[in-house]
This record gives sequence, structure tokens and C-alpha cells, in this order.
Amino acid sequence: MQKSDVDIRSLQIGFGGLKVLENLNLHIAKSEFLVLLGPSGCGKSTLLNAIAGLIDVKGGEIHIGGRDVTGAEPKDRGIAMVFQSYALYPRMSVRRNMSFGLTVAGTPRDEIERRVGEAAQMLRLTGLLDRRPSELSGGQRQRVAIGRALVRHAGVYLFDEPLSNLDAQLRAELRVEIKRLHARLGATMIYVTHDQIEALTLADRIAVMQGGVIQQLDTPKKIYREPVNRFVASFVGSPAMNFIPGRITRDSGVEFIAGKSRLSLNGYAFCGQPADAPAVLGIRPEHIELTASDDPSSVSARVEMVEPMGADTLIWCRLADGTAFSFRHDADAHVRVGDTLTVRFPADALSLFDETSGQRL
Amino acid sequence: MTAAAQFLPAARRSKRMNPARWGLYAFIFITALYFLLPLYVMVVTSLKPMAEIRQGNLLALPMSPSVDAWVKAWTSACTGLTCQGIRIGFFNSVRILVPSVAISILVGSLTGYALSLWRVRGANILFGAMMVVAFIPYQLFIYPLVRVFSFAGLGQSLLTIVIIHTIFGLPTMTLLFRNYFASLPVELFKAARVDGAGFYQIYARIMMPMATPMVVVAVILQTTGIWNDFILGLVFAGRDNLPMTVQLNNIVNSTQGERAYNVDMAATLLTALLPLAVYFGSGRWFVRGIAAGAVKG
Ligand SMILES: Nc1ncnc2c1ncn2[C@@H]1O[C@H](COP(=O)(O)OP(=O)(O)OP(=O)(O)O)[C@@H](O)[C@H]1O
Ligand SMILES: [Mg+2]
Repeated sequence: MQKSDVDIRSLQIGFGGLKVLENLNLHIAKSEFLVLLGPSGCGKSTLLNAIAGLIDVKGGEIHIGGRDVTGAEPKDRGIAMVFQSYALYPRMSVRRNMSFGLTVAGTPRDEIERRVGEAAQMLRLTGLLDRRPSELSGGQRQRVAIGRALVRHAGVYLFDEPLSNLDAQLRAELRVEIKRLHARLGATMIYVTHDQIEALTLADRIAVMQGGVIQQLDTPKKIYREPVNRFVASFVGSPAMNFIPGRITRDSGVEFIAGKSRLSLNGYAFCGQPADAPAVLGIRPEHIELTASDDPSSVSARVEMVEPMGADTLIWCRLADGTAFSFRHDADAHVRVGDTLTVRFPADALSLFDETSGQRL
Repeated sequence: MTAAAQFLPAARRSKRMNPARWGLYAFIFITALYFLLPLYVMVVTSLKPMAEIRQGNLLALPMSPSVDAWVKAWTSACTGLTCQGIRIGFFNSVRILVPSVAISILVGSLTGYALSLWRVRGANILFGAMMVVAFIPYQLFIYPLVRVFSFAGLGQSLLTIVIIHTIFGLPTMTLLFRNYFASLPVELFKAARVDGAGFYQIYARIMMPMATPMVVVAVILQTTGIWNDFILGLVFAGRDNLPMTVQLNNIVNSTQGERAYNVDMAATLLTALLPLAVYFGSGRWFVRGIAAGAVKG
């Protein structure tokens, strides 16, 4: 099996007058697992279909494995694809579903048998090969769909929300299975999802998309810790990042002022020179720490709601000036509604965004 | 009554007969009677000898039933100048029916499949308009078509009538299949393209096997429609290929002397046999096919 890289150069796609993708550039390395993450309608499927050759491209080029495939048929691109709705052929057995593409391509019979057997074993489908898709459970159907892609021995695998029709437990199971497959095959994979857990667990790199534009392309850790703008910050992470409006001052060291509270920004890695200006502070619920009340950079807040979440507890608080935020704490915390807590926002875990542009500062 | 009960939900229903239920059964009974009585009269008449018929007792069962009239209708009734029975017409009709049904379904499903891929705005309005066209009385087209075919040198022949039936079946067949294929998820088609199948391979190996219920519906519609056709066969088939309906008309209208009611009835029943068999044999499939078209595959 030959692994390929994918290079997308100033890609443009539109439907009638609607421009879905405009001047999109993206390079996916050999053996990389790239996740396209974004809200509904942002153009993820469109991009994936374009790579597969299933929709027409208005402008730009797509190269797979160093070959310009912009005008090539899907079957000639060295790709395989798994669809959200499984798209299994209903009147064929599991075996025929998996072998159909190979039969069409004229692969020798024993080679087909070998590949189907191999894929079936990898996906634990061996006992189901003679069933029809209608006689399978949702998880089994999705595994057949993955198997149909695997037998193609493609250089690039494309997944369009393959797990979104499954329940939470199956989703978690198959997620692990896909991750294992990637480790085993070492193939290039492009995976569309709007489930951020899938994105964070599977990806080597994540491309966060909005409105047809890639907002940030980076490792899951970077995306999580250092979102480049407020959209990425709010889209990734659950429970969501807290946003506190205020301003940055440089009177006595760089500080963030929200109402009457002052936070030292000593230790925050600014992208450029900090300026005195309105800004929005973002902090993830798990980065907020309880602290002693004599800590100079602490703020006090009233507890409004307590949500036990099993492993930990989500505590909703309000600052004196009325700003609400949530933070995570051990499940055994003895916190009650109405308590007053003193918390600390560690400067190295913060994100600061420009108030108007939303860009990271 | 048991048949009606099958359509009730599985949940227990009150078995007590209330007035509404009585009314319903009375209605069903009268309707059935209304449609079955003529059939009954035809069957009993066809089994009676002429002497018995002359007594005028329309509803009476035959006293000495015989199939002589059936044999005569099949083998020796006069259809105009020849007296070889209606079997000539039967075989003519079969020769017209088989290729017409096969070709119209083949062409209709292929065009329906092609059109189902053509998903532009306004497509549904266009196909709605096509459906309206399908209901224009085809008598309007007969004269122009006669001219076109004689101009093309085809005249009256078996080929002509097969082409005619294919043309007139096309709007309905196309829409039937287009609507079914358009209801299938697009991803199915995309998956087949990634698998390397071309336009015709996807049609033959994926779409048509899925469309079996639609094919059954199409066969029923086309078979009954073409078998029952009279005017197109008369105009386009030519002397040697006149379909059974035309021959039946000749038998019934060309009798000299005493009218042989029993032979007429037998000939009529023989002509109606095929559509009847199709309906009885495939009613369930028909319902299933319609239902399969209504919900997503
Ligand atoms: N065939 C089409 N014709 C017209 N517009 C389309 C077509 N397909 C997609 N679009 C539009 O293109 C945009 C992007 O669609 P796309 O399917 O790529 O979204 P997505 O990111 O995959 O969303 P989801 O997460 O809901 O699958 C949407 O605004 C959609 O309405
Ligand atoms: Mg999508």
C-alpha cells in the first residue's frame, strides 16, 4: 500500500451563486491523521467530496501523492471513502459490499478474497460476511463501510462523520478502532467531524473551519491551549471556555481589569506588544484554581450552581461585577450554592482576545 | 372479513359489532356484490348451452354445465373472415405485450435513473409538468403519429406498435423510477463512484436490484395497460398482428343469426384472464411497491 500526501492549492468551490470554499490551502502529510472540525454547514463535507472527486471544483488544484488529480475520476485518485449514512449497497451481502470495488476494477479472485478476509478480520466482521446490511446493527454497518474502504488499499482514507449516527458507547468503541487502524496501516486519513472529542482524541492535526475558511490548523494540544481566535476558543472544549470582558492596562506591570478585579498577566505569552485596550479574557474551566483569600491575584466569587459530572464537579460562579464563569473541581469538593470562593486565574493558562477582531493577543 | 381484519393494528380492538362497523360491512358487501354480479353472470352464461340461455334466467346456475363455449371461443369462433377463435388474438397480444413491457421498463428506468441524478432547482416542477403531459388523451397524437411512422417507412407492424407502447409508457415509467431513485440517499451513488463503477454499472448492479418493487409496479401497470389497449393496436399493429381486444370486438360484433352469448362471454373472460391473474397474483406486491416508493430506501 502506497501512502500519499494531499496538497490542496487555492481551492474554490461554489454551488450556483453560493461560494462555499474560497482560496483554501491545506497540506496533509503522508501518514498524517487530519481532522476537519467545524460547525454544521461550514464546508467540511464539501472539502472532503472535492478531495474524493465527487464534486466539481471551480478553481485551484488538488494533488494526491504528488500527482495532480483535480480532474481525475474518484476511482483514479487512490482514495477510499466512508460515508456518514454508511451508504452500503442494500441488495448485496457484506462480502459483496466489500468486494464490489475490487470486482469492478478486475482484481483477481483470490486477491479479492484475501483482502476481504483481512479487512473482515481487522474489523471483526468474519462471521457476518454473508448477511445483508439490513441484518446488521448500526455499529456493524459502519464497520462494513470502513471495511469496504480498507480493501481498496488506498493511499488516503476519507471519513465523513462516520460515527455520528451511532450512540455514545459505540462511538467511543469505534473511535478507538479507527485510531488503532491508523496506527496499524499508517495511511493518510482525513476525518470530518463536528464532535470535538473525536477531533481531540484522533487527530495528529486539527483544521478548525468556519464559513469555508480554516481558522486554525494545528495539533490538538495547541488548538486547545492556544486558540488563535474567539471562534476556535469557544468551539473547542467542553464545558466551554469562560470569557470575561475587561481591558488590559500597563500602569503597574501588565494587568487585566474586569470590574474591580485586577489580574496580573505576568507570565502570559503575548503574540505582540501588549497595549492598553479593551480585551476579552478566556480561561478554561479546568484551569481555574481555588486559592487562599490573601493571594494578591485572587478574586472572590459567589457560587450559583453546582453540577456534579461524575469524575469532577462543575461549579458556576459570579464575580462581584456580575460576570459569570464556570470551573471544574474535584468531585468531593464541599461547595454549596451561596458560598463565597476565592479563585485564581493562572496567567500561563489564559487566552486574551482583541475585543473587536476576536484575534488572540 | 378476515382479510379486512389484517389491516387493523395488532393492538386488540373491540370485537363487538357497533353500528358503524355494521355500516362498514354492509358497504363492503354491497360494493363487492355490485362488482361481482356481472362477473358471476358472465361465468355462468359462458358455461350454459344456448338452449338454457334462451330461457332467460340470467342468474340461474347452469343445469348442465359445459365448456363447449370456451373451446369454441378459443379455437373456432369467427373473427371477421377467419374462424380460428380468439387464440390468434391472444398470441398476437402476447407478442406485442412482452417486448413492449420489457422495452418500456428498460428505457423508462434508464431515463428515470439519469434524471434522478439531475438535481437542479425547479426539477420537481418540471417532472410535475411531465406527469400532466402523461395524462393528455393520446387520441390527440394518433393522427400525427400515423403520419410520422408512414413517413419513416414503418407503417403498420409489430415493431411500430411496440415503439408506440414504449413511447406512451415512457412518461409514467420515467417518473415512477425517477421518484424512486431520487428518494435514495445520494451517498449510495457516491460510494459506487468511489468504488469505480460507471453510469451503467451503477444502474445495472446497484440501482435496479434495489428497484425490484418498482419493477413489479411497472410490470403491472404496463401489462394491464398494454393488454387492455384497443385503439393503438387497431391503428398501428397491422392486420396480421391485431391484439386480442380487437379480435374480441370482432367476435362479438360479427355474429350472424342468433347471438352466441355463451361464446361471447367465454371470449370476453378469456381476454380478461391475464389482467385478472396479474391483479390477483400481484396485489400484495403492488401495495408493497407503492409503499417502498413512499418511504426512503
Ligand atoms: N449540492 C448542494 N447544493 C447547494 N448548496 C450546497 C450543496 N451541498 C452543500 N451546500 C451548501 O454548502 C455549504 C457547506 O455544506 P457542507 O455539506 O460542506 O457542510 P458541512 O460542514 O459538511 O456540514 P455538516 O456538518 O452539517 O455535514 C452549506 O451552506 C450547504 O448549504
Ligand atoms: Mg457534512
